[in-house]
Amino acid sequence: MMGRATRRLAPSPQMQTVTLIPGDGIGPEISAAVVKIFESAKAPIRWEERNVTAIKGPGGKWMIPPDAKESMDRSKIGLKGPLKTPIAAGHPSMNLLLRKTFDLYANVRPCVSIEGYKTPYTDVDLVTIRENTEGEYSGIEHVIVDGVVQSIKLITENASRRIAEYAFEYARNNQRSSVTAVHKANIMRMSDGLFLRKCREVAENYKDIKFTEMYLDTVCLNMVQDPTQFDVLVMPNLYGDILSDLCAGLIGGLGVTPSGNIGANGVAIFESVHGTAPDIAGLDLANPTALLLSAVMMLRHMGLHEYASRIQTACFDTIRDKKVLTKDLGGNSKCSEFTSEICHRVQDLA
Amino acid sequence: LKLISAAPIRWEERNVTAIKGPGGKWMIPPDAKESMDRSKIGLKGPLKTPIAAGHPSMNLLLRKTFDLYANVRPCVSIEGYKTPYTDVDLVTIRENTEGEYSGIEHVIVDGVVQSIKLITENASRRIAEYAFEYARNNQRSSVTAVHKANIMRMSDGLFLRKCREVAENYKDIKFTEMYLDTVCLNMVQDPTQFDVLVMPNLYGDILSDLCAGLIGGLGVTPSGNIGANGVAIFESVHGTAPDIAGLDLANPTALLLSAVMMLRHMGLHEYASRIQTACFDTIRDKKVLTKDLGGNSKCSEFTSEICHRVQDLA
Repeated sequence: MMGRATRRLAPSPQMQTVTLIPGDGIGPEISAAVVKIFESAKAPIRWEERNVTAIKGPGGKWMIPPDAKESMDRSKIGLKGPLKTPIAAGHPSMNLLLRKTFDLYANVRPCVSIEGYKTPYTDVDLVTIRENTEGEYSGIEHVIVDGVVQSIKLITENASRRIAEYAFEYARNNQRSSVTAVHKANIMRMSDGLFLRKCREVAENYKDIKFTEMYLDTVCLNMVQDPTQFDVLVMPNLYGDILSDLCAGLIGGLGVTPSGNIGANGVAIFESVHGTAPDIAGLDLANPTALLLSAVMMLRHMGLHEYASRIQTACFDTIRDKKVLTKDLGGNSKCSEFTSEICHRVQDLA
Repeated sequence: LKLISAAPIRWEERNVTAIKGPGGKWMIPPDAKESMDRSKIGLKGPLKTPIAAGHPSMNLLLRKTFDLYANVRPCVSIEGYKTPYTDVDLVTIRENTEGEYSGIEHVIVDGVVQSIKLITENASRRIAEYAFEYARNNQRSSVTAVHKANIMRMSDGLFLRKCREVAENYKDIKFTEMYLDTVCLNMVQDPTQFDVLVMPNLYGDILSDLCAGLIGGLGVTPSGNIGANGVAIFESVHGTAPDIAGLDLANPTALLLSAVMMLRHMGLHEYASRIQTACFDTIRDKKVLTKDLGGNSKCSEFTSEICHRVQDLA
């Protein structure tokens, strides 16, 4: 189970509400696919659909719609499809707004090789845990003099401690054996040094978990030669941005990678991290795997492990058997056909 | 050295262990500096990292002494040395003087630290110009600027703008731009889509090691550092391997390929090709390989094998 167990374990079949944000482009159809699969699994989830397109609140400040915030604050759990990037829309990125609204401080991506979906690697099984509120993405930049720009990276004790604690809790709750802090403290002695110190301090309270440290460049060098040496990786913002995408690439890309964002007040939003794919939107061609695996991650977070395993098995078996695959997975089935296949398997596995 | 003895190269051996100059400032020994300023070309093996030695890293000192602004690593898959990838053929060109490695950090208040990344117009233009010149001189078809200007709008934005400006003067080279995270995502799925990549310091640090990993690691990866006044220092980027030092077990491939890079830089292409072919053929045939390459030959045996092949190829 991910994160701190602030939720009472619900005895099935007590329904739990999840805020569903279908998103844009292929978002609605892959969300529908997930809902259908959950129905087949008879998962005790009641979906509350909300839209998060930014609106201007009183005072002219951009915010997510009040009903979306209200739903999330109440349900605490969200499942989100891809949102289109606003260009010249006047408002900031919705992902950024969500992150700030719910203080989504940890981005978690479990990367596991999918049997049947061929990549140069077969045994990847690691988790990247990225600090998602500060670091290099503070957005503080200045022109010093003409032709000289500075960009400020902020590392704080609190954020570093918080992400380290999350990483070790996650490792313990998910039976992972080690946590590796990824850093460049040899070069950025103060900032990454602070991050590293906090990780070391937190590690002291988790003697059951092995703690190691590795330079980011060494991680990358080793990752592409032998990813099996890695387990849970925790790191500041930019490094997490890079590594989480690198690792997604190892298992086949954003179309099959789940992702979860953990917030400060028990809020957790799970999401697919691919784009909206406007070119295939509405054509029943999309691959719902990433959103589905994110939903599986969500079920585990909620303690609904049996449903999670069944749905994940149905999904992986479908991909492994290669009979019904969407185009991006190498087949020529429709999204609905792929979804139905998983639904049948889920029912058979009951 | 043995391998390049027929090449028109005269070696001048120098030590670069830091010494304290007048005024107490650390510097490289004057005779090393004099030699490099005169020859303009250097070939360097691994240097041990000074811990509690009082002086800064020698690599840093060399970089500052000769204004080594570009770190260049061609990464080519080596037939016979198996990795998950077979057709890697790209070059990372890393700006090596500024960016995230400016070393400027402050404690703002207790528990809050800031680290400053500096991007300048001059350094960005200079590295972009080097990348396009390199592409042109080495018959590469495209240059990709790697950045995060969506997040670091001003700093990476400046870097990107300079790349775009320089690209205007190289219409024969295709210019593209890609976010660093997208590059990594794509690199591990299909590295063949990449050609020459140019980027600021930190991104270059990461990507150059990532790409070295794709072809088998630091033991087989060449590297070159280009300086401001025509100075160029080529070097192996692996460590000093103290546990096997002096035991005739080392693999000279990385240093040899760096020397081959050096020969190309000097226009001695025929020698470069011959030596590289001899090296790659030796690895491909798998009969005489050092331990790290999967064999159990000595360094001297591996070297002799390449020597014979070089002579046969003459």
